[in-house]
Amino acid sequence: MALISLRGVSKTFDSGTQAIAALDLDVRAGEFLSLVGPSGCGKSTALRILADLIAPTTGSVTWPGGKPEIGFVFQEPTLMPWRTALDNARLPLELKGIARGDAEVRSRQALTRVGLGEFEKAYPRELSGGMKMRVSIARAIAAEPKLLLMDEPFAALDELTRQSLNDDLLKLAREDGITVIFVTHSVYESAYLSDRVVVMTPRPGRVTADIAIAQPTERSAGYRLTSQFIDAAGKISAALGNAMAA
Amino acid sequence: MRNWLTYAFPVALGIAVLGVWEWAVAHYQVPRFVLPAPSAIAQSFVDDHAQLAAATWTTFRIVIEAFVLALVTGVALAVLFAQSRIVELALYPYAVILQVTPIVALAPLIIIWVGYEHIDSALLILAWIVAFFPILSNTTLGLRSADRNLIDLFRLYGASRWQILWKLQLPGALPYLLGAMKISGGLALIGAVVAEFAAGTGTATGLGWTITEAGNRLHIETMFAALAILSVMGVAIFFLLSALEWALLHRWHESAISRQE
Repeated sequence: MALISLRGVSKTFDSGTQAIAALDLDVRAGEFLSLVGPSGCGKSTALRILADLIAPTTGSVTWPGGKPEIGFVFQEPTLMPWRTALDNARLPLELKGIARGDAEVRSRQALTRVGLGEFEKAYPRELSGGMKMRVSIARAIAAEPKLLLMDEPFAALDELTRQSLNDDLLKLAREDGITVIFVTHSVYESAYLSDRVVVMTPRPGRVTADIAIAQPTERSAGYRLTSQFIDAAGKISAALGNAMAA
Repeated sequence: MRNWLTYAFPVALGIAVLGVWEWAVAHYQVPRFVLPAPSAIAQSFVDDHAQLAAATWTTFRIVIEAFVLALVTGVALAVLFAQSRIVELALYPYAVILQVTPIVALAPLIIIWVGYEHIDSALLILAWIVAFFPILSNTTLGLRSADRNLIDLFRLYGASRWQILWKLQLPGALPYLLGAMKISGGLALIGAVVAEFAAGTGTATGLGWTITEAGNRLHIETMFAALAILSVMGVAIFFLLSALEWALLHRWHESAISRQE
């Protein structure tokens, strides 16, 4: 059964810009789905519609099994600079009205899981770009979401940091059985992470290719050199090329 | 260089200037009613200490009251503006008109309305008008500058407007507010003194009045003494507010990070 079902979803902003045209998409529970497309193809808009932050102009978003707890990670770490790492990670629990003691225990666990157990008292300005993104991920998983929406989260990071965050993200998603919808414009990142890659056309965005990838459960740096990985990246790249040409 | 030399150089320069001043007044026999020597000014502090202390207290009280009033009303109105665009559109132009109208021109009217028998209230209102606008304008800007993505995140977790205001917009506006407070503290002092000048002698009894009164009687050394107190008061307000800013921001705000770090 699909976790999310989008039918004919479009979005036209007040300015007249049409970001998405007739998007049909089913997201299965537990899959790692990447949305790939050129800049401005409405990928971020699609995520915001899923998070119910904006309403679609037409079409419907349905949740056959009920709407799950959702976590959101932005391109920027989007932390509150006046709060420590722990207090930033605690925000979702705090807004949900969970008692402070309990919320601290759970957000401390989340920080430990992203490898920042030692840094709970650090302020964002004391952390590197990669560490800030880890706090942002800890915040997203602190409320134990079943669906994680990620909007080009690692685009601003260097390659090594990005690869290590990719591995950690896969591990977290697998351990918790989280469905991930991951927006990126990196072909290689989507090929490494995803069970399925959906390629979108330039604005107004619609689905032009839907590529399933048979991934080994355990992936490591060496996996990027296998023909399996290169084939997947080649398919995505070709589909993206077609999308741009269309 | 950020060590004792930071203080030693300006203090040494100040002492040198005072020394030259003292010598020049004696050497060229400058009349007392043109430029009194530093020693004569110091003597005035001793002779007129009762009057100066009373005047300082009067002015100080008005400045503090006006500043606190400006802080409370400025922040409250800024919060209202951030909640409602319609209220902002309706009221903001009038706040600007109040700000750009010269306080000296406004003073006689306010004093007549409030009445000479409540002159302290008139001075308070005038000082408040001057001090109020930077707080309103900066805090409004600060509240509006909250990260759009963070607001989305708050909404995603079902936060109320109140939670967004209290946990996100107000802390984010704090650096803007503290900057405005440093400006407003100085402006409240200027407003109080200007209002006293406008009120004329015989009614107000603060440092502004002391300067006018001493000037009429050619007691130039008393004018200097009152002027020195006003400067010290202005500097003290600035340092206190800078210390508050440091205390509240140094853990997290970029402005407080030293370059050597």
